[in-house]
Amino acid sequence: MSAHTDNNHAHGSYRGYLTGFILSAILTAIPFGLVMTGGLDSRALTVAVVVGCALIQVLVHMVYFLHMNSHAEEGWTLLSTLFTVVIVVIMIAGSLWVMFHLNTNMMPQMNHDIPLESLP
Amino acid sequence: MSMGTQPTTYWETEPHHHQDGASTGIGFWVYLMSDCLMFAVLFATFGVLHGSYAAGPGPKDLFDLELVAINTAMLLFSSITYGFAMLAMSQNRKATTLRWLGVTLFFGLSFLAIELYEFHHLIHLGAGPQRSAFLSALFTLVGTHGLHVAFGCIWLVTLMVQVARSGLIAANQRRLMCLSLFWHFLDVIWIGVFTLVYLLGMI
Repeated sequence: MSAHTDNNHAHGSYRGYLTGFILSAILTAIPFGLVMTGGLDSRALTVAVVVGCALIQVLVHMVYFLHMNSHAEEGWTLLSTLFTVVIVVIMIAGSLWVMFHLNTNMMPQMNHDIPLESLP
Repeated sequence: MSMGTQPTTYWETEPHHHQDGASTGIGFWVYLMSDCLMFAVLFATFGVLHGSYAAGPGPKDLFDLELVAINTAMLLFSSITYGFAMLAMSQNRKATTLRWLGVTLFFGLSFLAIELYEFHHLIHLGAGPQRSAFLSALFTLVGTHGLHVAFGCIWLVTLMVQVARSGLIAANQRRLMCLSLFWHFLDVIWIGVFTLVYLLGMI
């Protein structure tokens, strides 16, 4: 398989790049606008919208800029990506979960209001 | 590879000859995925330490969202101009490719300049990486991304020189393809940075 036959569909099209750009601009403007204007009444809902926009934008970038699909490199690109996503989710979610409990269980006496300089 | 019907040895004495760059695409992709794991560790570290201010300044005292929005726009513009460079490359238009690569470099350097200004501003305020665990994690995560962009810019200049000197030959097309993946990948990481570090910190 030569580089040329691969590349023909891998470069995308003018239309594809523009679509990706416009979608990304919208998905960036929504969370920035939301946070800069003070956010929604519910903090949890604001966080959900901001994180949701980011996740959709990552997918937009993968499809329109990185040209990911199920048949590139006979599927190995997609497979290695899925594997990476699984590891990333386990690592980030696991770290936050474990360390959150570590903080609440192990360090109740920590007082963050005391400046470091005044400690012996 | 030419071999007689009766092999003289039962192992191959000649190294395999694959076509140049036949496995570059998947190989570079696997590198990007490993880089993604490294960023995941930094994101996890930041997530764990994001509230450990050590009685120092927090996100709301430090961040300027307008600056971050401009920075995000710079990286997004550089992504689409790199895309235009790839389209020009596939049409074998060397001058146009170089022009779009130049525009991409401009946006990449603007991003770096704004980020360096922000870091300088933070350190000037006394909010350097040594101030608190939160700031250490912040500088490590954002700084690592910035270093990637800096090396991407160096790579971009190198490829511009190579394209200018030897044209859009197959090897250069392959290199531009790899940098394209790297560049768009950095934009994806930046989505995580501005969302988790800046926007969630300011809510």
